Amino acid sequence: MPRFYGTDIDSALMLGTAGYPSPAILAEAFRASGAGIATVSLRRESGGGQDFWALIRDLGVRVLPNTAGCHTVREAVTTAQMAREVFDTPWIKLEVIGHADSLQPDPFALVEAARILTEDGFQVFPYCTEDLIVCEHLIEAGCEVLMPWGAPIGSGLGLNNRYGLRALRAHVPNVPLVVDAGIGLPSHAAAAMELGYDAVLLNSAVAKAGDPVRMARAMALAIEAGALAHAADPMEARDMAVPSTPLIGRAFL
Amino acid sequence: MKITINGTLHEVSATTVAAVLEEAGFTGKLATALDGDFVPAGLRATTPLTEGAALEVLAPMQGG
Repeated sequence: MPRFYGTDIDSALMLGTAGYPSPAILAEAFRASGAGIATVSLRRESGGGQDFWALIRDLGVRVLPNTAGCHTVREAVTTAQMAREVFDTPWIKLEVIGHADSLQPDPFALVEAARILTEDGFQVFPYCTEDLIVCEHLIEAGCEVLMPWGAPIGSGLGLNNRYGLRALRAHVPNVPLVVDAGIGLPSHAAAAMELGYDAVLLNSAVAKAGDPVRMARAMALAIEAGALAHAADPMEARDMAVPSTPLIGRAFL
Repeated sequence: MKITINGTLHEVSATTVAAVLEEAGFTGKLATALDGDFVPAGLRATTPLTEGAALEVLAPMQGG
């Protein structure tokens, strides 16, 4: 199970709270998922914020606020400061978006914001790409967790660069890694865990499923299966067939 | 004086962040920023408003 900034979490599934058909379905999906961490955000107060907070508090999970929608270092840092006060946690999922269509992180601004926030006492969970050098710079900036994307946010495409994600896992064997964004199916989540990732953060795959509660359970099972498979040291794939049934003792007919 | 609160122009009589939150009826878990800078809860009562200032009042919301 993952350990983030010295805190052990009981589940490798981190679940977002956005876009569910109803608050009741959100709560039921969380129960079905067994998720130990819920991502949340801050938005202009227009009446619903306090009810939403009561709902999240009752889930009994740890809260990871995000800086979603921020495009500059200043916006992200200010949002993080506000989130720390409201949610009473040093944890921040740091998003600094570089491109409105792809929602791709701006790695340069991300590293700068991560450094500022770490020096200010935050424990930063950066939403990043799988680029090895960006990830090295994030670690140098003080990040003790990395959250590379699987695919663009909300796309449901899965792991677009499995090679890159595997290379990152090998490059930083002792840094907790989370695939954040792009998961659409339980098989995608299982694949991330099979690569040796510590956790998976997803939202739309559950919230936008026809039956979010059932999908939440499916994700939990897939993540458990993927983690077990990684621990079991899978066989090597190969191009040619190898008979599994012994040839010795075969009858001559 | 006129200030914007969450992007909407308001005529207010309050002169501090704390007072204007009360005047505008905000309660509960909130965070504030004035002209792009975070204003911690403990400094709201002593943070003055100026004509044309932009106040952001944020609350917990769903997020991914």
